[in-house]
Amino acid sequence: MAEPVATLETYAHLVAASIRSRAQYRLSFALDFVATFVGALSEFLGILVLFHHLPVLGGWSLPEVAFLYGVADVSFALTDMLVGHLDGFGDLIRTGTFDVLLLRPHGSLFQVIASELAVRRLGRVGQAAAVLGFALATAHVVWTPAKVAYLLLTFASGTAIYAGIWIAGASISFWTTEIREVVNAFTYGGSYLASYPINLFGVWLRRFLAFVVPAAFVAYYPCVLILGRADPVAGLPWLGVLSPLVAVATLAAGRLAWQVGVRRYRSTGS
Amino acid sequence: MTAIEVAGLRRTFQVRGTVVTAVDRIDFTVAAGEMVGYIGPNGAGKSTTIKMLTGILVPTSGRIRVAGLEPARRRTELARRIGVVFGNRSLLWWDLPLGQSFDLLRHVYRVPAADHRSRMAELVEVLELGPLLDRPVRQLSLGQRMRGELTAALLHAPEVLFLDEPTVGLDIVSRARVREFLLGLNRRQGVTVLLTTHDMADIERLCPRMLIIDRGQVLYDGGTAEIAERFGGTRTLVVDLAESRPPLLLTGASVVRTDGPRQWIRFRPADATAAQLLAAVSEQAALVDLAIEEPDIEEIVRRIYTGELTA
Repeated sequence: MAEPVATLETYAHLVAASIRSRAQYRLSFALDFVATFVGALSEFLGILVLFHHLPVLGGWSLPEVAFLYGVADVSFALTDMLVGHLDGFGDLIRTGTFDVLLLRPHGSLFQVIASELAVRRLGRVGQAAAVLGFALATAHVVWTPAKVAYLLLTFASGTAIYAGIWIAGASISFWTTEIREVVNAFTYGGSYLASYPINLFGVWLRRFLAFVVPAAFVAYYPCVLILGRADPVAGLPWLGVLSPLVAVATLAAGRLAWQVGVRRYRSTGS
Repeated sequence: MTAIEVAGLRRTFQVRGTVVTAVDRIDFTVAAGEMVGYIGPNGAGKSTTIKMLTGILVPTSGRIRVAGLEPARRRTELARRIGVVFGNRSLLWWDLPLGQSFDLLRHVYRVPAADHRSRMAELVEVLELGPLLDRPVRQLSLGQRMRGELTAALLHAPEVLFLDEPTVGLDIVSRARVREFLLGLNRRQGVTVLLTTHDMADIERLCPRMLIIDRGQVLYDGGTAEIAERFGGTRTLVVDLAESRPPLLLTGASVVRTDGPRQWIRFRPADATAAQLLAAVSEQAALVDLAIEEPDIEEIVRRIYTGELTA
């Protein structure tokens, strides 16, 4: 057990250094903090506006949608905070900084992830938690210890699913550094779609969300399970129990993509 | 003890559909404690070799052992046993005070606190970094930063040190300081050093042995003294005359090239001083401007090709 502890310690030191570095630019930190908060809030306001016109959305009431939204967004915000900086990974390749990471006695993915912890995105986590709080207060859920534990596990799974997608997306930079927008469509786009009941979408988009991107496992299936709803997508309301497995698989897929990318980088040069 | 062993090393790149060979079957070994210059013109394959020796790049074919390890397969293990300084890339944390970078590296390499303290104290003293420890790296001058980079590369006590253009862009004082430090490091602690540079003076001062590479192949592997004997002693006096004229006739020197009113006069300081030559030149022609050049690596490579020097 010594190794994981030592690795966590190294992570903590590196992350603390990145926070100290960022702290040197206070104004940009403050602006970023406000911008993410406002950005996230306006998304949720969009849903409120929808409900102003429709009392239910795909058979889901406002508190239920808020619950779904909150669960998806807490996971997304946590992921964004932990690995959101992978968006800029292409720059490490372009500038040759990635070479420096390969000279150190740690895995490259670990080092890239440890190079930042976006504390400024805490605004988004807070906003997501507030929405979730509203939902918990208004939705009629009978909470059991098992459901509470499952909800916490859902956050971990959701974060891991998004992280896997994010890592896979960043890995594309090993081949080309000019497709950030495409990658964003999966990460940010995935989060946007995961915040709605997926039975709203056309059948192909649903399948894509459920089984390719697996965004549906971030919040939709877990919420179906917690709220005790029927699943009109696949008719399998218990699918949510698989979320942790889907999370492990997505993370493994992301890691594999990264490893293939590093192998390519080391065998072709930048 | 062999510190670096390279046999039949090859590295090709795919550049827009065509295969370019950056390193073409290189062989050499470096004994532990040696200090070897690895030089060649731009694009000769120096950096590619260093990247393969440090485990960043995987060779196309051939065998490498550094400190007994195969770099491509055992990159993280090797990382603890080698130090690397890139003249154009930083190992430091740009926005943090220099001292904090060193603390972080202690955690990254997991150096015991006591070892770190003593090594740090020594390096800070020798490289005179004391007053700079609280300053953010981005505010350091190039020379100050390079001393920081050297410290960063040495804190985990590597057996082999790779230096890729460590004096590039440094002023004369900083350059001399870096050289003196490297010499001491090699002598006192027996660290093996492989140094790539553009600057012949770095090599003459530091490395008893040099490898010259060009177009991916070893052109020369031998004593630096032999090269210096042929070229190190010679200087070239470049004179701009008022008008074009046939090569000047001078004692103890000869015109090796002319281009309009400009003439290149090669001489050995032992045979004639620059002052004597200038006097002789101005007796024969009106002098407009002048410069004195030392032979650079491009010139040495050129002379090896033209057969003036046999490898």
